[in-house]
Amino acid sequence: MSNASMADDFWMDSEAGPVVRPYAMTGGRVRPAAPLDMVAYVVAKAGPRTRAPNLQPEHRAILAAARQPITVSELAAHLDLALGVTRILLSDLIEQGLLSSYEPNVSTVQPSERILKAVLNGLQAL
Amino acid sequence: MASKPSDPTRVPTALKILIAGGFGAGKTTMVASVSEIRPLQTEELLTEASTGVDDVSGVEQKTTTTVAMDFGRITIDEEIVLYLFGTPGQDRFWFLWDELALGALGAVVLADTRRLEDCFQSIDYFERRGTPFVVAVNCFDDDAEEHTPDEVREALDLEPDVPLVLCDARSRASSKAVLIALVQHVMAQLRRPTWPVALVR
Repeated sequence: MSNASMADDFWMDSEAGPVVRPYAMTGGRVRPAAPLDMVAYVVAKAGPRTRAPNLQPEHRAILAAARQPITVSELAAHLDLALGVTRILLSDLIEQGLLSSYEPNVSTVQPSERILKAVLNGLQAL
Repeated sequence: MASKPSDPTRVPTALKILIAGGFGAGKTTMVASVSEIRPLQTEELLTEASTGVDDVSGVEQKTTTTVAMDFGRITIDEEIVLYLFGTPGQDRFWFLWDELALGALGAVVLADTRRLEDCFQSIDYFERRGTPFVVAVNCFDDDAEEHTPDEVREALDLEPDVPLVLCDARSRASSKAVLIALVQHVMAQLRRPTWPVALVR
């Protein structure tokens, strides 16, 4: 046994990825309760967390990182979690009322002319 | 609680721009040159069934592949933030493209004149989907001047209204100009009454 674990230590560095299988953090769930866009913003709700004693460390890390509005993609990148895993953990927090999400408006085919003009001016001013 | 410095529910509008193109065409370079943050990487796990050579038991072998996407950010103002996603080029990752292209402002297809065929798939994809795009020929080698823009346009069989620009993805000013060309193209399409809005959905 000790030989085997030494061999693991020898071969497993950070490049090998997380030792915990990614979807173990989600209890094997592979789909979030609600879809979240990659650029949806999430924000932790203010208030005591004592009502949610069964949070995993990853849940708490997300709440800490989402004190200010942050997009799903950035959150996943900062916490080094796969996008799918992040979405499931986020939907847990949304279900428990600990986090709010704001979807980008993808109902329209293209952004309005007003937004496009603002983007154009912003890019030109860079 | 008496005074709130800012309304916590106000979040910016995030707009996606896709940077597509073949392997080594300069996608990550372009994201890095215009992003205000060091490009971040997000990963998605892809589980695919694969048929092994010793497939006698009838049990499917599954392999997990990690698909990494580099992305950057440009804050336009308090209300609008642009996200630039370098999209993985292989066609088995289309499921990720579909998600990225949903609601995207538009796309940049980076072309490498030495391997023009590498961007055919991206062009096909955006044409079929109706996502506005520009083609940016990345001239990171001096030999790119052997090809005129018209020659590249013809080789790619581009529709006449699709802008084609020359760029240097390493240069911030040049990459910025590509994004400006894209936004101008999107605006021009918006003004065109014949734009097939219904087909885009």
